[in-house]
Amino acid sequence: MADEAPFQFLHNEVIQYIYKSAETDNGRNIATLENMGYRVGQGLIERLTKDTARFKDELDVMKFVCKDFWTCVFKKQIDNLRTNHQGIYVLQDNKFRLLSQLSAGKQYLEHAPKYLAFSCGLVRGALSNLGVKSIVTAEVSIMPACKFQIMIQKM
Amino acid sequence: MSRQSNRTTDSKKMNSELFTLTYGALVTQLCKDYENDEEVNKQLDKMGYNIGVRLIEDFLARSSIGRCQDFRETADVIAKVAFKMYLGCTPSVTNWSPAGDEFSLILENNPLVDFVELPDNHSTLVYSNLLCGVLRGALEMVQMAVDVRFAQDTLRGDNVTEIRMKFIKRIEENLPAGDE
Repeated sequence: MADEAPFQFLHNEVIQYIYKSAETDNGRNIATLENMGYRVGQGLIERLTKDTARFKDELDVMKFVCKDFWTCVFKKQIDNLRTNHQGIYVLQDNKFRLLSQLSAGKQYLEHAPKYLAFSCGLVRGALSNLGVKSIVTAEVSIMPACKFQIMIQKM
Repeated sequence: MSRQSNRTTDSKKMNSELFTLTYGALVTQLCKDYENDEEVNKQLDKMGYNIGVRLIEDFLARSSIGRCQDFRETADVIAKVAFKMYLGCTPSVTNWSPAGDEFSLILENNPLVDFVELPDNHSTLVYSNLLCGVLRGALEMVQMAVDVRFAQDTLRGDNVTEIRMKFIKRIEENLPAGDE
């Protein structure tokens, strides 16, 4: 509870900084945030899975991300996981922690991507260190629910 | 059963590791954006200030601590309640100046610098400078102007991390002009 606050405040400040120091609002800011998340995700997953058994397959990895990883980082599990069994996974979180303070509905919808970029990187970094190369994007239609789409890249 | 308790201590550790790693990524990004360490230090202080002015409200809401009577009480609250609540560590309060307006917070281990090593070309970087900004911003919102700086830093070879806080003055509440 109280120990989540520092991260949330820091996350908001990081977003402010990245957007303030750029004159134009282009995809570069999102990419910078995503790359920061990537590095953090890589480190975090190493610490988290130190004593975990080897994963059987890709689906097992995704289930781990949805349950344990999400619980550790965002304090709850993913509400819905869908896949087409061909490398695309959609993770639905109905009350995404980093958006719940922003709005409950459609207000500030255009700012939501900024607040999701870091988390996308977090997931991509975590998967990468579990041996899964992917592209992670997120979309929001009504806050604080959001969907993360993971596309597995065959190496 | 033991696996259950592993999970709760894990989640506390995970929070602080998430924060530590994110902070590390931020400092790395700042070092890339700015050429010299002084600029990075200033940015960290500014960002810390922005966080501090918001964190104080969160703190007061969670802790329901009343007004402090004097600077000594403020120091105790910062060390025993605030640091413990947000960073999970309790620094000791020492080295009071004779006038009672300056003291040190001694941290045996600074959670922000887990897994961190300073490379040689960044010897003047105050890695944890965010903390100085946070303390300054938070106290300004409760009408205290303070000066906060790092006196010792484990990253630069000292044994402990020491934050020196000096009370400058009480900030008078300013009513907006035209309220006569």
